[in-house]
Amino acid sequence: MALPGTQATAPPAIELRGISKAFGPVQANRDISLVVPAGTIHGIVGENGAGKSTLMSILYGFYRPDAGQILVGRRDAGITDSQSAIRAGIGMVFQHFKLVPNFTVVENVILGAEDGALLAPSVSRARKELRRLAAEYQLDVNPDAVVETLSVGHQQRVEILKALYRQADILILDEPTGVLTPAEADHLFRILKGLRDRGKTVILITHKLREIMEITDNTSVMRRGEMVATVPTRETSPEQLAELMVGRKVLLRVDKAQAAPGTPILELSGLRMVDRAGVERLRGIDLTVRAGEILGIAGVSGNGQTQLLDILGGYPEAGAQVTGTARLAGRTLPLSGTDARARRHAGIGNIPEDRQAEGLVMDFSAWENTVLGRHRDAGTALMDNDAIRSRAAAQMERFDVRPRDPELAAKNFSGGNQQKIVVAREIESRPILLLVGQPTRGVDIGAIEFIHRRLIELRDAGAAILLVSVELDEIMALSDRIAVMFDGCIMGERLPDATSAAELGLLMAGASPSGIPPEQGQPDPDEREPAKGVI
Amino acid sequence: MDYATILQILDSAVRLMTPLLLACLAGLYSERAGVFDIGLEGKMLMAAFSAAATAAVTGSVWLGLVAGILAAVGMSLIHGLAAITFRGNQLISGVAINFLASGLTVLLGQSWFALGGRTPSLEGAARFGSITLPGAETLRSIPVLGPFYAEVVSGHTALVYVAALLVPGTWWLLYRTRFGLRLRAVGENPASVDTAGVSVPRLRWAAVAICGMLTGLAGAYLATGLSAGFVKEMTAGRGYIALAALIFANWRPWRALGATFLFGLMEAVANRYPELDMGFVTIPSMVMSALPYLLTVIILAGFIGRATPPRAGGEPYVKER
Repeated sequence: MALPGTQATAPPAIELRGISKAFGPVQANRDISLVVPAGTIHGIVGENGAGKSTLMSILYGFYRPDAGQILVGRRDAGITDSQSAIRAGIGMVFQHFKLVPNFTVVENVILGAEDGALLAPSVSRARKELRRLAAEYQLDVNPDAVVETLSVGHQQRVEILKALYRQADILILDEPTGVLTPAEADHLFRILKGLRDRGKTVILITHKLREIMEITDNTSVMRRGEMVATVPTRETSPEQLAELMVGRKVLLRVDKAQAAPGTPILELSGLRMVDRAGVERLRGIDLTVRAGEILGIAGVSGNGQTQLLDILGGYPEAGAQVTGTARLAGRTLPLSGTDARARRHAGIGNIPEDRQAEGLVMDFSAWENTVLGRHRDAGTALMDNDAIRSRAAAQMERFDVRPRDPELAAKNFSGGNQQKIVVAREIESRPILLLVGQPTRGVDIGAIEFIHRRLIELRDAGAAILLVSVELDEIMALSDRIAVMFDGCIMGERLPDATSAAELGLLMAGASPSGIPPEQGQPDPDEREPAKGVI
Repeated sequence: MDYATILQILDSAVRLMTPLLLACLAGLYSERAGVFDIGLEGKMLMAAFSAAATAAVTGSVWLGLVAGILAAVGMSLIHGLAAITFRGNQLISGVAINFLASGLTVLLGQSWFALGGRTPSLEGAARFGSITLPGAETLRSIPVLGPFYAEVVSGHTALVYVAALLVPGTWWLLYRTRFGLRLRAVGENPASVDTAGVSVPRLRWAAVAICGMLTGLAGAYLATGLSAGFVKEMTAGRGYIALAALIFANWRPWRALGATFLFGLMEAVANRYPELDMGFVTIPSMVMSALPYLLTVIILAGFIGRATPPRAGGEPYVKER
């Protein structure tokens, strides 16, 4: 692997030679060489912190490398800053968009690429150009729309338009599907294929192996700042790529025994929620989660899952009207006039959707974070810091949090390790019901495997788990039963072995469940593939 | 209240709003670029002192104006160095500038002129004279509009007209030019400017320098246009009032004109009627002169409308990893 000469015969669009970059003591990139043939989609995979984003930021001139050379079209591109990268024909779509939220689309597009000191000529030229690009690449966006009113998918199109307006031939996308719905992601892939077919070169950074397999021509794998392999995608497999990324064999399927559901732990009936603006977010949810089972809630984000988790966690949106009944282990659970503390006290653990905003205090050390929400349990106002520290250290050992330094601030851990701190805290509090929201969002493959195993263990120990995830593969891999949410309603419940991604996808899009009776016919084997839990 | 009195109050309001308007626009440039500036007060004070001292010594109000601008720009450079180059806390730097100006003006004033911190009274060419606009006297006979033109529009010093012209000028610069687009962008999301290959610090430095020039105008007007010389703490919180007006104006130039006029009007009314007799009750003078400050508190507490400040305001820009 990684032999020069195994590349496709197309001339290189871009070539990196011996790129190195250190941030203080951390070697983010070490002697990286890479050839990307023109007119291809080139995937770059690696775990979080493997150095992918750093490498691409160097390519875009956002950082200066300590050593190495960048060649664009066989010539030294002399990239010293973003301006020179743009001149060399490189465009970048960052993971966190670099748009001005209260500017219009056209203002965002011309920013930094204006034709002269006055705006009017630039605006009218950009409008014309946007119409042309929209037609050519299926990049329809209203040029006069204010960016903050657009959906995330459309904002991403604006970023792509920005690059194309600057006549980029090489487009770099950093984790572009992390924020997209499945339909938006499909549309993006069609756009990227269109770009390739018109001779553009696309570099796609991702940690989702399915995307790599789906649209890339070649794939490079990074691990701990080094480029470990570059292979033609059709000659590799997700298993092989995962092994290259992590450096060891990775189980992409979750091994789990048949669930042994016990008594109902959480029973919801007729749960409704109307938010402050008068919008009905939940429209009568009926759900039961039993001891020893995982109920997965599938759905495109924004269909009420967040509201459901927040209500159960004891912190509904301010001003929301909540009605309906809930029972926890047979006892009535009040739906309003309560708080997160009471919920925890009742035995509900909570792995929130946004670990940085709700799960952790980013400036607190790891050990301080391990007692959040449990800090009153000792029953005294004084904290026994030594005991908490040593317990935190043991917990970090058990959950393989790296680095194992309880004094390190939460913000200095990688996404996967931050999530492990939260998961450890919640699982080890021995909840009877665990609420889990997007447990592996932005988490690397090794940590995903680990977190999934721990959730199964907790299930086998008899806890009830309510899992909300927008990753359909995750839902299918972990759940014992699957409920699909759409527009504040449960569209239907399915057993993972008796459904398909296609059927769930229809329910997620709001198709009436009666339209597709689950028992009618076996789904074809290809569609069932993800049901086995390929990440 | 007759028409002549209304005209007098309006005329006075225009004079009193001018330093507020200049300072408010100064703050607008700085804050639209993402640099919060609580030091408007100190810069105005420094400029007022420099302008009055220079005018007193040289006898030229124009040299005074130049000195006032230079002094305020100098203070701006300190703020820029702290806020942009060294990525320090913008509030603390602004407060430091206010303290520095408050102490330095009195200290220098006393040591140079020995008048207890004042500068000598200015007269003649050392003050801004009023300009009578063409036709003010001939048009006076036209009912209603004639006297309005002669009393309220005409007869101000040059800086009043400069301030008035700066409002459409600022609007045009912000919304019709490349510089304005980039300036607004850098205050909302500096990363968008940086990734577009435009220097964030350079834009912010430009904004802070413009802010310095405008506070220089404001201070010079205060000491050599509105008054005849510098008096200790003569800005009397106008820098803060300008900030309140800026929030009230939602960081927009035309609304800044309206907001500062409101403050100017209040001050003018308080000056005209120290004790306002409402018939059944007499409002004491303390309340009347506290009016602009009360309004400031009300605005800053967010009672009036919802202000949306520039999103990146107050945050030093650091490239994220």
